[in-house]
Amino acid sequence: MSFLAKPAIFLLCLAPGAYLAYAVYLAFTGGENLLGPDPAQFLSLETGEWAIRLLILSLAITPLRYLFNWPVLFRFRRMIGLFAYFYVCMHLLVFLMFLLQWQWGDIGTEIAERPFITIGFAAFIILIPLAATSLNIAQRKLGRNWKRLHRLTYAASILGALHVIWIVRSSYFDAVLYGGVVALLLGYRLLRKYSKAVQQFSLLK
Amino acid sequence: MIIKTRKEIPSSEITPEAVYRDRRKFLKSSLAVGAGGTGLLTSALNAQTGDALFARAPADINLASKPDWLVEKAAARTEAPASGPFNTDEELTPFDDVSTYNNFYEFGTGKDDPARNARDFSIEPWTVKVEGECAKPGSYSLEDILKPHTFEERVFRLRCVEAWSMVIPWVGFSLGDLLKRFEPTGDANYVQFDTLVDSEQMPAQRSRFATIDWPYQEGLRMDEAMHPLATIATGLYNDILPAQNGAPLRLVVPWKYGFKSIKSIVAIRFTKTMPNNTWRDLQASEYGFYANVNPQVSHPRWSQASERRLPTSLFMPRRIDTMMFNGYADEVASLYDGMDLRRFY
Repeated sequence: MSFLAKPAIFLLCLAPGAYLAYAVYLAFTGGENLLGPDPAQFLSLETGEWAIRLLILSLAITPLRYLFNWPVLFRFRRMIGLFAYFYVCMHLLVFLMFLLQWQWGDIGTEIAERPFITIGFAAFIILIPLAATSLNIAQRKLGRNWKRLHRLTYAASILGALHVIWIVRSSYFDAVLYGGVVALLLGYRLLRKYSKAVQQFSLLK
Repeated sequence: MIIKTRKEIPSSEITPEAVYRDRRKFLKSSLAVGAGGTGLLTSALNAQTGDALFARAPADINLASKPDWLVEKAAARTEAPASGPFNTDEELTPFDDVSTYNNFYEFGTGKDDPARNARDFSIEPWTVKVEGECAKPGSYSLEDILKPHTFEERVFRLRCVEAWSMVIPWVGFSLGDLLKRFEPTGDANYVQFDTLVDSEQMPAQRSRFATIDWPYQEGLRMDEAMHPLATIATGLYNDILPAQNGAPLRLVVPWKYGFKSIKSIVAIRFTKTMPNNTWRDLQASEYGFYANVNPQVSHPRWSQASERRLPTSLFMPRRIDTMMFNGYADEVASLYDGMDLRRFY
C-alpha cells in the first residue's frame, strides 16, 4: 500500500493549486466568483501561503527523518520542494499579471523600492537553480556539489519567512508561526551539526 | 528474497514483541495526531487569517436587536442631491461586498472575519461618553446622540490605505452638527474617538497575536471635524449599519484613508493637543495623523498612486488612478494650505 503514498501526497500538494486554478478559470469564463471582491489580492495571499507552507514542509523532512528514524520520508522531499517552487511561481505570476498588469515600469519600481518585495523576489531567484537541478541526472552530475547547492534552501526559507514577517499589519500570528517554524527547522540542523547528543537523539529507535 | 527460518536469525536481532507493538501504536497515533493536527492547524490558520477557501460569509446585519426608531430614521433618510460632493455617479459597491469585506480587527484580521464573527452584536443599550474640553460632557445614550439629527443619504468613495476602494451610499449627518451640541471650548483643538472594547462580543480582542492595543482610537483636527463632509454614519443602503460595518455609529471621513473612519464609537473626547491614533501608534513611519489620500506620497511598502475599485475582477481589473484627497480636493484642500503633505502624512 505504500506505493500509494507518493501519488496521495502529490494530489494533496496539488489540491489548493487546482482549486485556485479552477477559480481563475471560472473568473475567465464569467462563471461564479469564488475569490471575493478583491480576487487578485486573495490569490496572491493564498499562493503565498501554500508556497511558504510547502517550503517549510520540505525543510521539515530531514529533521523528521532523524527524529523518527524514518528514512522513507526522503522519497517525498523533491516532490514537496518542487511544489513549493510551483506555488512560488504562481505567487509571482499573480503579482505580475493580476496586481501589476504587466506594467514593467511599476514592476521594476516595486521590486526595487519595496524591501519586502525585493527579498521575496530574491527568494524566487534562489529557488530557480534548485528546481532546475532537482532531477536525478543533475544529482549524479553534480555529486557532492548538489548537496552544497541545495543548502540554498535555507537561504530561500529565511528570505521567505522575512517576506511574511515584513508584510505584517494586522496580526503577528503568521509571522510567529512561519518565522518560528523556519527558525526551529534550521536551528535543529545547526544543533545536529555540532552536538553529538542531538545527533544520537531520536524519538523512536 | 531469501526467507530465513527462525533458527537462522540471532535472537539479538529479533525485535522484542513489546517494542514492535509499541512502534505500530506510536506510528498510528502520530499519524492521527499529524492528520488531526494539520486539520486543527489549518482551521486555526483559517480562523486567524480568515481566508477560508470554501465558504464565504453571508451578507447579514448581525445585530442582536434593531432599535425601531433607528431603523425608521434610516429608512426615512433624505436622498442625496443629484450633484455635488455628497453624491457621485460612480457605480456603487454592492451591499454583499460592503458587508462581507471589512477591516475590523476586533472581530478578526481576515476580510470576512467581521461578517462571520460579529453574530448577535448588541447595540442596545449603547452609551457614548463625551469628555474633555467642552461645556456639556457626560454619558449619552444612543437616542440622545442620534435622535435630534435628520439622516441624509451620502454617497462617498472610501479609499483604504491598502489600495482598494469602494463607493458606498451611507446614511448619516455631519459630524460638526453633533459636536456643536457639546459646546467645545476654545481649548478644543482636536477631537478623539474610541471604539468599543468588549472581548465577549469582539473575540479577536482576546488574541495574543493582535498588533493593536485596544481600544482602537482615531482623531481629527477641529477644523477637519467641523467640515460638512466629515460624517457620522448610522446606516448604509437605507438600512442601519451592520455590525461588521461599525454599528451603531461610525465616522466616515471620505478624503482620508479608511482607517480614520473609526467604527462603533463609544467615546468622544475634545483635546488640546494632538491625540493618539492607533495606526500611528503602531507604526508612525507608515501611518500618520492626517492620513489624507495622496497619490504622490507612497506608503513605505507599496505605492498609493492607484487603487483597485471593488468589486474588481481578475481579467477586467478596475485599477484606477488615486485622486488627491480621494477626489474631494475642491472641498478640503484649503484645510491644508501651506502644509507639507509629504511631512504631515
